[in-house]
Amino acid sequence: MLETGRLARRAAVLPAASVTRGAVVIRPLGAQSRFSLRTRPATAEALGTVAGFTLALPINRMSTAGERTSLRLGPDEWLLIGPEAETDELAEAVSAEFGERVFSLVDVSHRNVGIEITGRNAAHVLNAGCPLDLAEAAFPVGMATRTVLGKAEIVLARTGVDAWRVECWRSFATYVHGFLGEGALDFVAVTG
Amino acid sequence: MLVITCPNCGDRPELEFRCGGEAHIARPQTPAELDDGQWGAFLFTRTNPKGVHAERWIHQHGCGRWFNALRDTVSDRLIATYPMGTPRPDAGAGAAPSSPASPTSQP
Amino acid sequence: MSQTYRLPQGGRIDRSQPLTVRFNGKALQGYRGDTLASILLANGQHLVGRSFKYHRPRGILSHGSDEPSALLSVNWRAERGPGFTDPNNRASVVEAREGLETRSQNHWPSLEFDLGAVNDLLSPIFVAGFYYKTFMWPRKFWDSVYEPVIRAAAGLGKAPEVPDGDRYSNRHAHCDVLVVGAGPAGLAAALAASKDGAARVILADEGREPGGALLHDLGSTIDGKPASDWVAEAVATLDARENVVVLPRTTAFGYYNHNHVVMVERVADHRVDAAAGLPRERLWQVRAGRVILATGSHERPLVFANNDRPGIMLAESVRVFVNRYAVAPGRRIVFATSGASAYTAALDARRAGIDVTLVDLRLEEDCGPELGELRAVGVEVLTGHTVVDATGRKRVTGLVVAPIGRDGRVGARRTLPCDAVGMSGGWTPAVHLFSQSRGKLRFDVELDAFVPGQSVQAETSAGACRGLYDLAAVVADGFRAGGAEQPVEASASRTGFQPARVLPTDADPAKVRAFIDFQNDVTAKDIKLAVREGFESIEHVKRYTTTGMATDQGKTSNMNALGLVAGLLDKEIPAVGTTTFRPPYTPVTFGALIGPSRDALFEPVRKTALHQWAESQGAAFENVALWKRAWYFPKAGEDMHRAVSRECKAVRETVGIFDASTLGKIEVVGPDAAEFMNRIYTNAWTKLEPGRCRYGLMLREDGYVMDDGVVARLAHDRFHVTTTTGGAARVLQHMEDYLQTEWPELDVFLTSITEQWAVIALQGPKAREVIAPFVSDIDLDPAAFPHMAVRTGYICGVPTRLFRVSFTGELGYEINVPADYAESVWKTLWERGQTLGMVPYGTETMHVLRAEKGYIIVGQETDGTVSPDDLGLGGLVSKVKPDFIGKRSLARPDLVGSGRKQLVGLLGKDPAEVLDEGAQIVATPDQPVPMTMIGHVTSSYHSPNCGRSIAMAMLVDGRSRIGETLYVTTPSGFTTATVCEPVFFEPKGERFNA
Repeated sequence: MLETGRLARRAAVLPAASVTRGAVVIRPLGAQSRFSLRTRPATAEALGTVAGFTLALPINRMSTAGERTSLRLGPDEWLLIGPEAETDELAEAVSAEFGERVFSLVDVSHRNVGIEITGRNAAHVLNAGCPLDLAEAAFPVGMATRTVLGKAEIVLARTGVDAWRVECWRSFATYVHGFLGEGALDFVAVTG
Repeated sequence: MLVITCPNCGDRPELEFRCGGEAHIARPQTPAELDDGQWGAFLFTRTNPKGVHAERWIHQHGCGRWFNALRDTVSDRLIATYPMGTPRPDAGAGAAPSSPASPTSQP
Repeated sequence: MSQTYRLPQGGRIDRSQPLTVRFNGKALQGYRGDTLASILLANGQHLVGRSFKYHRPRGILSHGSDEPSALLSVNWRAERGPGFTDPNNRASVVEAREGLETRSQNHWPSLEFDLGAVNDLLSPIFVAGFYYKTFMWPRKFWDSVYEPVIRAAAGLGKAPEVPDGDRYSNRHAHCDVLVVGAGPAGLAAALAASKDGAARVILADEGREPGGALLHDLGSTIDGKPASDWVAEAVATLDARENVVVLPRTTAFGYYNHNHVVMVERVADHRVDAAAGLPRERLWQVRAGRVILATGSHERPLVFANNDRPGIMLAESVRVFVNRYAVAPGRRIVFATSGASAYTAALDARRAGIDVTLVDLRLEEDCGPELGELRAVGVEVLTGHTVVDATGRKRVTGLVVAPIGRDGRVGARRTLPCDAVGMSGGWTPAVHLFSQSRGKLRFDVELDAFVPGQSVQAETSAGACRGLYDLAAVVADGFRAGGAEQPVEASASRTGFQPARVLPTDADPAKVRAFIDFQNDVTAKDIKLAVREGFESIEHVKRYTTTGMATDQGKTSNMNALGLVAGLLDKEIPAVGTTTFRPPYTPVTFGALIGPSRDALFEPVRKTALHQWAESQGAAFENVALWKRAWYFPKAGEDMHRAVSRECKAVRETVGIFDASTLGKIEVVGPDAAEFMNRIYTNAWTKLEPGRCRYGLMLREDGYVMDDGVVARLAHDRFHVTTTTGGAARVLQHMEDYLQTEWPELDVFLTSITEQWAVIALQGPKAREVIAPFVSDIDLDPAAFPHMAVRTGYICGVPTRLFRVSFTGELGYEINVPADYAESVWKTLWERGQTLGMVPYGTETMHVLRAEKGYIIVGQETDGTVSPDDLGLGGLVSKVKPDFIGKRSLARPDLVGSGRKQLVGLLGKDPAEVLDEGAQIVATPDQPVPMTMIGHVTSSYHSPNCGRSIAMAMLVDGRSRIGETLYVTTPSGFTTATVCEPVFFEPKGERFNA
C-alpha cells in the first residue's frame, strides 16, 4: 500500500476575493470546522458549556469565545464553529465532555460555506431576499437564526451593527453569494 | 403572506414555514388492531372546517420544530400556536370538536 | 408651434429645464415636472390612441392612475438598444424626461388613419357577449379561423419581444405604521404617527412629490397657510425625522394577509442619467403593524353619446392640467357636471384666461353657492341641462346640450362649440386596497358610494377614500388616523353631487354610443342588453360585458355601471352588489414581480464538488431536482447513444468512475437509532452489525413506496442513510415529522450530511485495483470487506466512509470524502484509473446499467401508487416487526387483491427498437377505443451489454404473464413485446462479490 499522506488540499467553493459595492463588502470566509450538535435542552442547560462552546443560550442567539462560536438554532440544535485545524480535537473534546449523556455531534465543516457581509447598508442588501425584520431592535447583535434568502435556506447571524455572517449549504453558495452581490447593486452610487 | 408565531422563535414570516395538515390526529398505537374502515378514516378523513382549524406547522427554515396552530380558515387569522403534545387551546365558540377522524386521541 | 397650449405662467414645472420627448416620431417640447399627458396637451395633441375593441380615437381622460385610454408604448432607454420598451404606460403618470420615445397603440397603419376603425362601424355585431354568441359554429372553425383571428386582434399594446434589459430589485421592509397616499390625509397621518420617534413610519405615494390633490389646489388654505406651504412644511418635517421613510413614485398595489402590503417604486424611469446598476423598479414587501389608507378618490365620467371623444376629460383633470402643469386643455372649455367640485375647476380655468361655459344637470335650486360664485366672474352656467351628444371625431368640437323639463322631458338641443370638455359625475372613494384587505364595504346613500365598513386587519382609512371631501375634515381625519386628535382650520371645499347614471337623452337609446368603460369599450347599451338577457348580479354583468375588467379595474367606470344596472333592475345599489377588488391596484411590470430571480439567480443551480472536473472533460449535464448532474461524457465525434454505449461496456469490462454526490445522506444518531430505523423502514435493522450495509425501503403511511437507498450502520448508535437525489429533503422531513410528532420519546437526532460528503463511485471488475494504493486503515480483501459493507479510514490521506455497494451489479465502491477534498481525490484516482482502462460515466449509463440488472428507481418505476410487492420487493418487508410506517396499509383490500400492476421486463419484437417510456400496453389492438390499458413502460433503453433494447414495465398481474406477447403503443401505432423477468444481464447476480 502506498503511503500517500494527505495529498489533497481543501478547495474553496467561492473565490476568496471580496466584492465591494458602495459601502457594502461581501467576503467569502475561509475553511472552518463546523459541527451540528444536538442534545436535549436539559442536558445543554446542565452542561452550560462544552469544549469552550456555550450551549446555555437563548434560542436564536450566538456566543463567541476566542475562535469558538456556538449558535443556538433551535431548542435542541447548535451550530458550533471553530478553527479548521482543530476539527478532530474539537470533536473529541465535545464528545468527552458529554460522556454518557445523549447527544449527536455531526461534522458539517464541508457542508456549509460562510460569507461575511458588512457595511452600512448590509441589512438592506440581506432584505433583498430575507423577509425578516433586520432592524437592531428586532434582530440585535448576537442574534442568529435559520431563515431564507431568496430561494435558498441560510443561517443568518448578526456579528456587529453593520456586520453579518451568512451560512449556507455549499451547493447554494454560488446562488447566495450572487444574490447578495446583486442586491448590493442598489447601493452603488446613485446620481440624478 | 401570514405571520406565524413559532413557539420557539416568535413571529416569523410564512415563507419559513410549511403546513402539515390537520392536527391532533395521533398515529394509532397498534394499527394492526384496527379494521380497514378505522384505518382508512385515520389515513384519509379530515374535518376541513370553515372556521377555526387546528393544524400542524413546522418552522422548516427556522428552528426546524413542529408545533400546532389554530387558524381561522375564513379570515386566515392565526388565533394561537402551541407546542406539539399540548392540548388544543379553547378558541371560543368557533372551536370544532377535536379529531373526529382519529380512532385514538392524543392529549 | 411648440407648446401652443402652455400657459404663460404658473404650474409646478421647471421652465429652466426644457426637455424633448418623441410621440410617434414627432418631437414634443416640455419641461421637467411634466407628465407625458401634460406635454401632449401642451402641444395640442389630444388624439393619443385607439380603443381596444372599436378602434375609436381616444384622448386623455384623466390626470392620474385611473386613466383608461391614453396608453402609450414607451421606449425608456432607446440609446441602450432593444429591451427597454414596454406597452400600456398611462400617459397621465409617466414623468416626462429627455429622450423618452413614445408611441400610440392599437392602430394600423397609423394613429390618424386606422383600418381597425371599421370595427366601430360594425359595432352592432360586437355587442355584449359577442364572443359567446358568435364563435359557436361551425365547430371546426374554432381552431382554424376564430382563435387565430381573436389572438391576433386581442390584447392592448404589443408585448416586448426581447428580454428586458433593466434590473429590478426587491426589498422586504418592516414598519410600525405604513401610510399609503401622501395627500392631505396621508401627510397628516404620517405627521401624527411619526411624532413618537420610536415608531417606524413609511409614507408611500405614487406621485413624483408628496401633496396629492393639494399640488393643484391654488386657492385653499390650511391653518391659515396656502395649501402648498402646508405641504412643504409637512414634507420638511417628515424628512427631518429619522424614523420616517418617504417613498415617492411608489404605488401600493397589493394588500395581503397580516398587513403585508406590496408596493412598486419607480426608481429610474424619470432619471436621464440612471446608472447602469440602478434598478428600474423596486418591489417593496412591507409588513406593517398598522396601515393607514389615504388613497383619495376618483372622479366619475358622465355617460352620454360620444363621451369618449378626444378632448373630453374629467373636470378635475382639467383643473390639474391648468394649475399643476400650466397647460390649457383647450381654449374654449365646456364643463358638464352634476356636482359642485367642477365649479372649482371652472373657476380655476377661467382665472387662467380660458373661455368657460358650465352645464349642470342639477336644477337651479339644487345647486349650492358655487353657482353664484361662477356666475359672478361672468361664466355662463346652464342648470337643469343634460348632455345628449358630442361633435367632432378626433377632437371634440362641440357639446350638444338640452334642457330637461320639470316632467323629465328633454328639450331643444343646443350645441356649445368647444375644443375641450371637463365632465364630472361625482366622486368615488378609492377603496381598492381596503377591499383587498378583506374589509367589508358599506354603501353610503348620501355619498352614493361604497365606503370602508368593518376593518378586518389593523387598518384605518382616512380622508377622501372614506368619503370625506371637505379639506378641513380630510386633514383632521388624517391626524386622527395617525393617532392625534387635532383641530384643523381650512378653507371650505365645494362638495356634493347628484348621482347621474346615464344622462337623459332624446336620442334612440339603441343608437347611442355612450361609454361606461373606456378601456374595454363597454357602452351603456351593452349593459342594458346584458340585463335584458337576464344577468342581474354585477359579478355576472361584469364578466358578460367585460365592464370593469380592463387593466384599470374600472376605476372610472364601476359606479356608473353599478348605478345603471341597479336602475334597470329597480334595485338599490347594495342589492346588485359590488365587485371584489383584487391586486394589483395598477398594472405592475413582470420585472418588478420577478426582481432578481432571473438568469443565474432564477433558482439555485446546485453543482457538486466534482462539477468542474466533469465540465473540463466535456460532460453533458442534466437537471435532477435543482442539481446539475453529469449525464454522459462524449468523446470527440460521439453522440449520446455512442457515448453511453461505450461507457456501459467499459464499466462491465474494466471500471467506471461516477459522481454520486447528489444522493441524499442523513446521519441518524442516538441510542434509539435502530428502533427509529425499524419504525421508518420496512426492513429490520436491529441485527444489522456495525460495518454492514443494507438496502432499505421506505413507505408512506398509505403503504406506497416513498424512497429507497443503502443504509450503513457505522456504530451501534449511528447510521449513515442514503436517499434518492430528488427525495433527500422529503425523506428528512418525513423522518423529522414522525420523530418529533409521534415518537418524541426516542433519543435520536437527524442531520443532513448530503453536502458534507462527496461520493465517488467506482464500479467494475477493476475497481479495487484502482483504489487499493490510496486506501489506508482499511483491509480491502473481499473476505475482510465484502459486498454491502462499510469501513472508515483514509483515502489519499483524506478521511473516508468507504461503502462496498453496487448499483450496476459489478464490484463497486462508493467513496465518501469531505466535499472540499473530493476533486483532488477524484483526480488522483483518475490518473491511476486511466492506466487500467477506466472511464468516467454519467447518469444515463448509470440508468442503463441498473436497468440491465432490473434495479428500480423510485420515481421512475414508482409513481406514488406502487407497493413493495408490486415491485417484487415483498422480501424486503419484515414479517416480524409488529409495526412500521405503512405496514397496516399493506393489508388494505386494494393492496392485496389481484389486478395490481407488477414490475416485469419487456423485450420488444425488434431488438433495435427502443420502446417509449410511458407507452401504454394492451392485450390486443383488436378492441374498440378507448382500449383497456393493462400497463405502461417505465424504463426503456438500448442495452449495449445485452446487445438489444430492454424495457421495464408495470403490468397488471405481470408476474403471471411472463412469456406472453402483448401490444405496446408507438407514435405510429403498436408494436409487440414479450413479457419477461425484469433482469436482463447476469441473472445469477454474483459479479458484485468479486
